[in-house]
Amino acid sequence: MNHDSAGERLYNGIIKENPTLVLMLGMCPTLAVTTSAINGLGMGLTTMVVLALSNAIISLLRGIIPDKVRIPAFIVIIASFVTVVQMVLQAYLPFLYDALGIYIPLIVVNCIILGRAESYASKNPVLPSLFDGIGMGLGFSVALTIIGAVREILGAGEVFGFHFMPASYVPFSIFVLAPGAFFVLAVLTAIQNKVKIMGEKKGRDMSKIQSGCHSDCASCTDSGCGRRFYGGSGKEEAADKKAAGREHTQGEVK
Amino acid sequence: MASTWKELLVILISSSLVSNVVLSQFLGLCPFLGVSKKVETAAGMGTAVIFVITLASAVAGLIYQYILVPLDITYLQTIVFILVIAALVQFVEMVLKKFMPGLYVALGVYLPLITTNCAVLGVALKNVQKQYGILPSIVNGFATAAGFTVAIVILAGIREKIEYNDVPQSFKGMPIVLVTAGLMAIVFCGFAGLLRG
Repeated sequence: MNHDSAGERLYNGIIKENPTLVLMLGMCPTLAVTTSAINGLGMGLTTMVVLALSNAIISLLRGIIPDKVRIPAFIVIIASFVTVVQMVLQAYLPFLYDALGIYIPLIVVNCIILGRAESYASKNPVLPSLFDGIGMGLGFSVALTIIGAVREILGAGEVFGFHFMPASYVPFSIFVLAPGAFFVLAVLTAIQNKVKIMGEKKGRDMSKIQSGCHSDCASCTDSGCGRRFYGGSGKEEAADKKAAGREHTQGEVK
Repeated sequence: MASTWKELLVILISSSLVSNVVLSQFLGLCPFLGVSKKVETAAGMGTAVIFVITLASAVAGLIYQYILVPLDITYLQTIVFILVIAALVQFVEMVLKKFMPGLYVALGVYLPLITTNCAVLGVALKNVQKQYGILPSIVNGFATAAGFTVAIVILAGIREKIEYNDVPQSFKGMPIVLVTAGLMAIVFCGFAGLLRG
């Protein structure tokens, strides 16, 4: 048990292990809602609330939930908070509710949340877990806001309602459409690759950066998003074998 | 519930091509990027997804219509759907293993990967949001999954070719795949004209 301080947890979530920019988790909402900076921010903060609350409750219940049913238990806790948050948004922030739409209930399957529950909250006391959730949520919000701002500036020439591109600028409207999301993420992962390659040349340990490595959502259930599927060459086969092996052992148990 | 053939056809085309689940809705992105290195694996994953999503949208639709609505607890849909889907995938796995070993060998590996695939939950929620009856729900589920399969198989085919190309070092791996996906998304935007006519 390490009793991390609140500040350390926040720093860890926002900078060191930023869930989007460093670990590349939760890509579905990242691409889907970042058509504008305000939507990205709204999604980030909504996720943060769910993340902080579910982390706190899961940490409180960590001695009670039997190990075998922990994943279903975590999912029920997370889904309950998502439902509450959804109702609150519908009542008080209807514009955000309409903008985010189906992606609010889909926060349930965001691998960041289950990942933090599994790898941190289920092993640590309440307060650090709460701050871990807030830190990770803030990191997610920052990343989503940046991606949203980039897409909005390129695609509409404004951000948060401010027009600051010159009048002669013709927006590439493709950046606020679906293909733009893929292009922005492609450049982002390319930058990550570059940073990683440069860092490795200088002899720094860059293994934290999961550039271009999308952990499959299902891997959360195994080791808290620790299993990185399908990274470089040859990893896919290993993952396939792993999946097959897991299948095999499950079959034997039954 | 009076769903005409025309309505069902519109659902089929719009869910599979016009608003493709991965390329315009961004659901099921993890398996789309993760399991698309070989056409063979991609096709296996696609088949498993078609199977699970069609079944899940039928079951979720039935539960919504005959349990949640009469009891007036539709606000519990997210919790109920995710549990039903998780249980369903487990159940399908057991049934396939017992009664259809051939199919199990082909799809078994992919089934546990689908449990947390956001596309499954997404389709169930979309069906409710659009107030589809049981039959349109099933058609929508099938069409969405078919769209996923088309997209992932095409991406896998392109990725097999990219292997032999000279890609800038920073763009190796995931970035070039994302660029490919972006170009595919542009192509799929072209289908939008299908329903206007």
